[in-house]
Amino acid sequence: MLTAVGFLSPNIIGFMLFTAIPVVQSLIISLYDWPTFGERKFIGLQNYIDLFTKDPLFPKVMGNTSIYVFCYVALNIVLALAMALWLTNIRRGEKLYRSVFFLPQVTPIVATGMIWKWLFLPKYGIINNFLGIFGVPDINWLGTTGTAMSAIIIMSVWQGFGYNMIIFIAGLYAIPESQIEAARIDGAGKWQVFIKIKLPLISPSIFFAIVMTVISSFQVFDQTMIMTAGGPANATNTLVLYLYNNAFTYLKMGYAAAMAWVLFAIIMIFTLLQMRLQKDFVTYE
Amino acid sequence: MNEIKTNRQTYRPIIKKAANHIVLTVLAFIFLIPFLGMVLTSLKPETEVLLLPIRIFGSRLAMENYQRAWTFFPFGQFLFNSVFIALCTSLVAVITSSMSGYAFSRLHFRGRDLLFTMYLGTLMIPQQVTVIPLFIIMRRFGWYDTYAAMVLPVGFTAFGTFLMRQFLLTIPYEIEDAARIDGCGAVESFIRIILPMAKSSIATLLIFTFINSWKSFLWPLIITGSDRVKTLPLGIYMFNGQYGTDWSGLMSAASIAIIPSFLVFILFQKYLVKGITMTGLGGR
Repeated sequence: MLTAVGFLSPNIIGFMLFTAIPVVQSLIISLYDWPTFGERKFIGLQNYIDLFTKDPLFPKVMGNTSIYVFCYVALNIVLALAMALWLTNIRRGEKLYRSVFFLPQVTPIVATGMIWKWLFLPKYGIINNFLGIFGVPDINWLGTTGTAMSAIIIMSVWQGFGYNMIIFIAGLYAIPESQIEAARIDGAGKWQVFIKIKLPLISPSIFFAIVMTVISSFQVFDQTMIMTAGGPANATNTLVLYLYNNAFTYLKMGYAAAMAWVLFAIIMIFTLLQMRLQKDFVTYE
Repeated sequence: MNEIKTNRQTYRPIIKKAANHIVLTVLAFIFLIPFLGMVLTSLKPETEVLLLPIRIFGSRLAMENYQRAWTFFPFGQFLFNSVFIALCTSLVAVITSSMSGYAFSRLHFRGRDLLFTMYLGTLMIPQQVTVIPLFIIMRRFGWYDTYAAMVLPVGFTAFGTFLMRQFLLTIPYEIEDAARIDGCGAVESFIRIILPMAKSSIATLLIFTFINSWKSFLWPLIITGSDRVKTLPLGIYMFNGQYGTDWSGLMSAASIAIIPSFLVFILFQKYLVKGITMTGLGGR
């Protein structure tokens, strides 16, 4: 017992100090009118009530975040799965391609965000110049309300899909060759092998990847902060960016903490929902 | 006639394979254009960045962009901070996580599984929930704008504990039992037997923590005020605000911030992949 305490205490102390206590504290803060400087006042659930009834920007921010999450996760998973299937099929040289597609994952989003801002430049940007070849008129990607979010999503998928691709590649390699072989002998084509064998067998990985990607994409911040700062006209203002601005620009800590708990609740709901779905639909071997 | 047919049959898979590789190579190239563009722009003279039609190379190699980036903000200081903070964070994470991972996988004590479930539960908590109280706590400690605030809240990770535990569970008990019979205590067997066997997991955790710290933006943005402990991403962010149109300078700064990531990735890719497939969590 004593040895266990010794081994655990460094991490536990840090864990209490920097995770457990702050979590409880943030719940408390969310019940206060808590300016960064000056008097704080207990106001019960008023911050939460304000969020959902008085703040015209909050529904907009939630809408933006939902659109981002939905599009980003869908594109990310489909692309990751397609590339994983392709790369595991060719096998030779797979590692090299895999590295290339994973590369953005290890780079600071602040830096890649700047690069994409430059790629998306109106008139001088590479993307517009490329599209111009096909007669597409010049688009101010990040400066137009209709396209800014799409641009952020494109950049994010480029940055992030390699991670899930690695998970899927590992899952696909773990499928016993004999099962695929048996299906082939029974006359199954490539598509059938995919639908009937590969997809069910890696469905646990897929579900897991979806849960984790939903969770992480609800927290999108770096891209929107760097590329658009939430603009134009709040078209790319996302939950965490709004939270950040409330806490550290408008100095409304209580209000921002309430937002953090809304985010936490959403993440919990998704996790629980998908854990349930996983029980019902996913095949385990 | 027959011969030609068999030839075709043997060549078809090869042609198909070659086609696959050609298409993949083109895709990979397109995928890397943002990075290529970054490096090429960082080497173009400032006046030639926004020229149409777009040229791949400038009229000369403009190394002065790097000089400008170096002096626009305290680049050397920020670079040092980035490296120093990432190293310290990794060190704290590796030491504390391997210890707690050992306790959770090898030692028996009351409430072990309950405590571990709690740890796992906190993996779900978004950083944003703790960021506001942490900011307040750090200020109360007098740690605002210090290395301690940049390192400690990040270094104690539930993820690290999880990763180390998962790996340590795979080490056969017999190995440790033999040592225990020979009179080794838990501490000795941890240091002499378990740690050397866990080298690759330690490397995995080290690299994850290093890269996460290197990429980190939100927490440093909140917890730093002066230039003293700021990191490269913050430098690039400052650059963005102040010199929004100096693209070649910006791309030089971005190149310098990205190159260490590349190096770590190329050298230690194996461990990264291992960590991802083992946990599916770190570094998202």
